[in-house]
Amino acid sequence: MNKKKLGYKELPAGDLLEAGTALDFETGSWRSDRPIHDEEKCINCLICWAYCPDSAIKVEDGKVKEIDLRYCKGCGICAQVCPPKIKAITMVEENKAEK
Amino acid sequence: MSKNIVAKTGNEAMAEAMRQINPDVVAAYPITPATEVVQLFSQFVADGNVKTDFVTVESEHSAMSATIGASAAGVRAMTVTSSQGLALMNEMLYIAAGLRLPIVMPEVNRALSSPINIHCDHSDTMGARDTGWIQIYSENSQEAYDNVLQTVRICEHAQVKIPGMVTTDGFIISHCMERMEMIADNEVKNFIGEYRPERYLLDIKKPYTLGSLDLQDYFFEHRMQLAQAMCNTGKIILEIGKEFGDKFGRKYGFYEKYHLDDAEIAILVMGSTAGTAKVVVDQLREKGIKAGLLKLRVFRPFPYRELAQELAHLKVLAVMDRADSIDSFGGPLFDEVRSAMYDLKDKPQTVNYIFGLGGREINLEMIEGVYTQMQDIAKTGEIPQRVNYLGVRE
Ligand code: SF4
Ligand code: SF4
Repeated sequence: MNKKKLGYKELPAGDLLEAGTALDFETGSWRSDRPIHDEEKCINCLICWAYCPDSAIKVEDGKVKEIDLRYCKGCGICAQVCPPKIKAITMVEENKAEK
Repeated sequence: MSKNIVAKTGNEAMAEAMRQINPDVVAAYPITPATEVVQLFSQFVADGNVKTDFVTVESEHSAMSATIGASAAGVRAMTVTSSQGLALMNEMLYIAAGLRLPIVMPEVNRALSSPINIHCDHSDTMGARDTGWIQIYSENSQEAYDNVLQTVRICEHAQVKIPGMVTTDGFIISHCMERMEMIADNEVKNFIGEYRPERYLLDIKKPYTLGSLDLQDYFFEHRMQLAQAMCNTGKIILEIGKEFGDKFGRKYGFYEKYHLDDAEIAILVMGSTAGTAKVVVDQLREKGIKAGLLKLRVFRPFPYRELAQELAHLKVLAVMDRADSIDSFGGPLFDEVRSAMYDLKDKPQTVNYIFGLGGREINLEMIEGVYTQMQDIAKTGEIPQRVNYLGVRE
């Protein structure tokens, strides 16, 4: 990120930040565990999508399409909330995951 | 416009102003001597005289927090407090100003503990003087009422967008009934207009984050914006004070001068004591003594340029502080007024009187004594004591 920093005359007043700044912040760099999604097992209930704190679970036509590793920080919440009988997401240590 | 003359205490006057403003949200917690403002207002809510969403909270910290939340969401929000309540809000006062929310807060001046005391002095609002809030002081019920109405316009002005507190002296104004004129409800409504913020959190079409982490790279710019907004505020206060005068017959500026222009000795004071001092000035003028008075109304923004000009011609000026900085030097008003005059080529001798702490009486004789001392200083050119404590027992 090499954006010009705004001066006090141009900056929106009152510590107001336009929405969408999380796009510039690639939380994927924090990840030590990677979620692996199993399309076969997945019933597309989308609970993981609702719970992911970084909106990293991409959905298309009502189905989990992929996990966006630029933003997935590896918190493991998706694996936790996936229904126990399904267990479609497993967390794998980053250095053991496929590159 | 027919005159509606009524008898109201300062608290009633502020509550009536709030009824006429009809804010969308009021979140408040009771504290003597401001309780009555909220109590009367809650009656207006219960009776359906206002459409306000009244939020009862568990402390003043929460009162200011809820008011901030409501204001950020995009509505007109108010609260009321005094003394310890204001102290408890302190953290949130900075946040309201930093987020540039135009909250208007009636504040009833009362001493701060310890020792515990419920009576008037200005230590509470003086403790909030660097929070980024506008501060307007009132001499009586009429001014309290007029100031609350004007402050809505001032705070919400596009070039201002900072919160403001309007104060009265605890018990002396808040509980003392006086003659005053009320403006008709619809005229107040027209005067203050509708509140339409440019950005607000509940605007789902233009979402934004408010109050994000602001570190080394942007915090300074945001504080600079606040400082700049306070600089712009003076001009707006004068514009609105004039408009209010044109519409309703009572003009307001940064201060009121009373026999000041040809005075040789003068007192500068804020709040109800100005009324007492005016009587003394009248008495002294009858004796041919060139005594005058400057009653400061607007303490934040501090009108340093104008004050220096108005005071330059005096031989002696006594700044009367109803608060002490406990800094081994002088009261807060004295420090700032004296600093404002520093760049004058010819400046008056300036003395400080700290008075009325915890509601200690300040009467005609005591104020006359201040003028007598100023006469001595004018004659001898010597100041026996720069900072004086008026009315304290040795
Ligand atoms: S691990 Fe956390 S951040 Fe990554 S997809 Fe799952 S819930 Fe989202
Ligand atoms: S919670 Fe599990 S089953 Fe449901 S959509 Fe996500 S991965 Fe699929």
